[in-house]
Amino acid sequence: MLEIEIDGKKLTVPTGSTVMDAAHSNGTYIPHFCYHKKLSIAANCRMCLVEVEKAPKPLPACATPVTDGMKVHTHSDTAVKAQQGVMEFLLINHPLDCPICDQGGECQLQDLAVGYGGVSSRYQEEKRAVPAKEMGPLVSAAEMSRCIHCTRCVRFTEEIGGYQEIGMAHRGEHSQILPFLNKTVDSEISGNVIDLCPVGALTSKPFRYSARPWELSRRKTVSPHDGLGANMIVQVKHNRVMRALPLENEAINECWLADRDRFSYEALSSDARLTRPMVKQGGQWIETEWQAALEYIVKGLRGVTRDHGADAIGFLATPHSTVEELYLAKKLAGALGVESTDYRTRHADFSRDAAQQGALWLGSSIVELAAANALLVVGSVLRKEQPLLAARLRQSVKKGMALSVISPIQENLLSHVHARLTVSPVAMLDSLKAVLKAVLARKADASSTLDVVSITPCAQAEAIADSLVNNDNAVIALGNLAQHSPHFGDLLTLANELARLTGGRVAVLGEAANSVGAELTFKPSGKGANAGQMFSVPKKAYVLLNTELDCDSHNPHRALKAVEQAEMVVAMSAFRSDAALQYADVMLPIAPFTETSGAFVNMEGLLQAFNGVVKPLGDARPAWKVLRVLGNMLGAPGFEFESAEQVRAEWLAGLGGELKSKLNNGLSSLTLATPSSASGLVRVGEVPMYQADALCRRAPSLQATADARAPRASAHSSVLAAAGVQSGQEVSLKQEGAAIRIAIDADDSLPLGVVRLAAAHPATVALGGMFNSIELAQG
Amino acid sequence: MAVFTQGVIFEGVDTSDPNCWTLDAYVKRGGYEALKRILQQGISQDDVIAEVKGSSLRGRGGAGFPTGLKWSFMPRNFPGDKYLVCNTDEGEPGTFKDRDILRFNPHSLIEGMIIAGYAMGVKRAYNYIHGEIFEDYVLFERALDEARAAGFLGENILGTSFTFDLFAHHGYGAYICGEETALLESLEGKKGQPRFKPPFPASFGLYGKPTTINNTESFASVPFIIRDGGQKFLEAGKPNNGGTKLFSVSGHVNRPGNYEIPLGTPFSVLLEMAGGMKNGKKLKAVIPGGSSAPVLPGDIMMDCTMDYDSISKAGSMLGSGAVIVMNEDICMVKALERLAYFYHEESCGQCTPCREGTGWLYRVIHRIEHGQGRPDDLDLLTSVGNNMAGRTICALADAAVFPVRSFTKHFRHEFEYHIEHKKCLVEHKWC
Repeated sequence: MLEIEIDGKKLTVPTGSTVMDAAHSNGTYIPHFCYHKKLSIAANCRMCLVEVEKAPKPLPACATPVTDGMKVHTHSDTAVKAQQGVMEFLLINHPLDCPICDQGGECQLQDLAVGYGGVSSRYQEEKRAVPAKEMGPLVSAAEMSRCIHCTRCVRFTEEIGGYQEIGMAHRGEHSQILPFLNKTVDSEISGNVIDLCPVGALTSKPFRYSARPWELSRRKTVSPHDGLGANMIVQVKHNRVMRALPLENEAINECWLADRDRFSYEALSSDARLTRPMVKQGGQWIETEWQAALEYIVKGLRGVTRDHGADAIGFLATPHSTVEELYLAKKLAGALGVESTDYRTRHADFSRDAAQQGALWLGSSIVELAAANALLVVGSVLRKEQPLLAARLRQSVKKGMALSVISPIQENLLSHVHARLTVSPVAMLDSLKAVLKAVLARKADASSTLDVVSITPCAQAEAIADSLVNNDNAVIALGNLAQHSPHFGDLLTLANELARLTGGRVAVLGEAANSVGAELTFKPSGKGANAGQMFSVPKKAYVLLNTELDCDSHNPHRALKAVEQAEMVVAMSAFRSDAALQYADVMLPIAPFTETSGAFVNMEGLLQAFNGVVKPLGDARPAWKVLRVLGNMLGAPGFEFESAEQVRAEWLAGLGGELKSKLNNGLSSLTLATPSSASGLVRVGEVPMYQADALCRRAPSLQATADARAPRASAHSSVLAAAGVQSGQEVSLKQEGAAIRIAIDADDSLPLGVVRLAAAHPATVALGGMFNSIELAQG
Repeated sequence: MAVFTQGVIFEGVDTSDPNCWTLDAYVKRGGYEALKRILQQGISQDDVIAEVKGSSLRGRGGAGFPTGLKWSFMPRNFPGDKYLVCNTDEGEPGTFKDRDILRFNPHSLIEGMIIAGYAMGVKRAYNYIHGEIFEDYVLFERALDEARAAGFLGENILGTSFTFDLFAHHGYGAYICGEETALLESLEGKKGQPRFKPPFPASFGLYGKPTTINNTESFASVPFIIRDGGQKFLEAGKPNNGGTKLFSVSGHVNRPGNYEIPLGTPFSVLLEMAGGMKNGKKLKAVIPGGSSAPVLPGDIMMDCTMDYDSISKAGSMLGSGAVIVMNEDICMVKALERLAYFYHEESCGQCTPCREGTGWLYRVIHRIEHGQGRPDDLDLLTSVGNNMAGRTICALADAAVFPVRSFTKHFRHEFEYHIEHKKCLVEHKWC
């Protein structure tokens, strides 16, 4: 510990602290621009110059290490003169037209200029003009003359994003911040540079010039996308969400947001919003009143129950629904005697449902995961599935975490990968078995009941085993590709065995905002059918909560066939979609996350509640209210809720204990299925980042990004050669009798025997299972 | 231009001989004897450093930091890589001495670096050469090939266990890359921008490893110091100002060129060596240490001796030893305008005061020179300069401000005349 005196106040700070750290711990504000606690120190803006006794000149607080007995003056004449001098330099070439700048009112330079700027300028020369830059659909760099060269954006893309997409070119006065020539900024977390930019140089392209910051009210909420549950502020004007900003929470999203958290709000006011209840009569959609629509549903569901029994009804929901919605949907199903409820429409393997010891979750907190010494990620495109978690793990890798990957897709994680196996979906099993065998070889007295006799570990598997055995804090994490794969049960089994042998943990990376809540609430009860069975043995009636089966199904071909033959399909959705207009009989406009109160359980099992921030659009209503009224109309008891909080309280009480105690990735017995030796090509169908949920799919700016480009198929060049196909050529891909024509590229990073073709996209929804066999043919 | 020598680096070098740079010629002059003696007699690292310390050799790049002391900062027993770097990024206007070392006596540098590598336990070294002297870079590569072929570089040098290799790297002409941490950045393949210090290169240098950086002339002086002893080197100069030093004399003299003379030689003698003032004109001013050093009026200069202490006492710096001589036909406003333009163009743009201030200074001086000066412009220059100097990561801002301060101090009347009369006091003739 070192002793330091700041403005006459004595304090002790840890060795290695800078003067800025010390000042922060003391509540002393030192003006700054380039300094940011999450970025490396640049010391280039010079705004934080302070007077240090015995130093011959003012020193930058951000970069000056504290020495014992140091005396610092942050507001002395010397310090303030130095700060004013820097402010004058910053302003000489900065346009002084705050009233027409988009950053006006929330600009650090503007704020500090009030304290440190002069009344008039001594600089009488012409100001510098810097040409606009194109950074893509999310970040506007139209007014680069405003840039003060703090390089926060440069350091962010390099240090947090993992890849320097923005740089400072040229020298001196001619310095310019710019992306690579003719390239946009494509990072999945690029929007953070908007927050980081202290001036109006980098601004939000969708939000630009749509409102003034002082017109906006700030409301707390939780991101409805991946399982991280990023905390957000949404800003509202005239009952419309204008933008989303991060709400700092070091334990979850730190101070960042992924681009989809930040820009998906655009969908909330999209033309595709469903605003009136609609009923299909004689093949025609008719807008109607809530009462009529709900009566129609009650009558229909009663009719199906009467004619075919409650078993003939299935309830399906997305894990993006709130716990209140899921709980009431489950309760409503129960009131009808329906046991078939599920949220796992993208899953293919339900074989361990009975063996599961609890709800699948991260196995620890996010902070604890990031502190693991060794992490093996199985079946994931991590940056696209969990953008912020991937960024956090990037920092962990820098601090020494050994990160290994077993996946069918060789993703560039933009950080050091300890070992990697890129193998076909079914071969992930053998890869894990190889790691298991290598672990057993390193543990003299350990044994496993799982059969790994025929396996010979390769060098990469040995390296992975080394990292898991040699580190006391190891984690085996299962990503979306693992969870969606037909071998999920076996992967989970092997992960559990590896965790047992290495003293590590199993982590399931929650796909959606409320995956854990759905896991706790909405799985089938009794002898009810799971999502897979509900499609393979079609029901007579379906109630769909928030889910869009064309994009949210493992096998859209089969799912759409199942719902199309049903007598009655009730779709509760915030949006209309062409597919739903085809298969549904009733569509109920329900409120998205900004228009309802509710709660999500994030991947680490944290229940995060939020309130509605705007009134529902048109006649849309919060789904929990709709479900409550449906319960009343069915005459079911226990639907007298007056608030989402009451629903949540009843749900929590019904869990039968602490929420965390219900989370468990363990299995009652560890056995492996005998994999069927499939011949021919298998599809690797990942869900593209901006197709993951209904909001992303309808956010125009996200859809304009490089990540949202229409999918193309890809396969190893030898796969193409065997099919007699050239790279770049359009081919026919066939699954279960349905075919699409699509261009295919050679990609030799892919394993043999697979065709990579994204799922959940209009271009590919005609096809079948995400990991099923696929035929590749010319033309 | 010729090289005139009374000193240690160019002793015996016949610059008119096109082969004077070769290994053969160098060995004939007694080259590599110092290295051989160290390795064959097993002189300890400490003794080598002590010899260099004893010579009072001060860094010849401009800052004048004692070389032996710098070498002793190197954590010799640091496990893993450490580096030695030679700074031949000679970009200071007026300076052209290191280039002549590369041209005429490159092996003195190579031998000096090998000895330094031995003394500091370094196995890998780089010579960063200014981008605008590409021919000399090519020649240096040839000298390296010769040294490698002769077994002075590489593994097991002269049959001992000592291993050392040296590589040349040429920059692209940016002045800022002569700043040692910017040089390291550039050497790493990044944009040449100075790093904030601490940490200093001695602990966190090239690729984050301990690194010692010296000027070309400093290294090239080392073989003599080892061969003939630090005491002899010291005696060539005067106390605290050991040895001889190269002075690049340019401007209004009859024989511009490099002069290797003992430190402490009177300026008047140096001027005489350079053939005196061209066309017998009157001496007006001298910049004694490269463009960043404050200018001194001719009469003050005539009383100075050419060493660190005397020049410093007179209010300037010996710097890199670039002596820019100006005669009575020079308009000091125009001269300063040109200098200010240089710093404006060469600022890396990292720190606010330098990025914005160098342009501001230039524009104000430009305005004065072009008859648009305002009465308060001299105060403005002072104030802007005060806000720049000492407020940035590296010393480029200071280097830009020193000439402004010294020109407006010693020749204020010319600036005032310019502002008032919208024209030069002195009708400017370049030569």
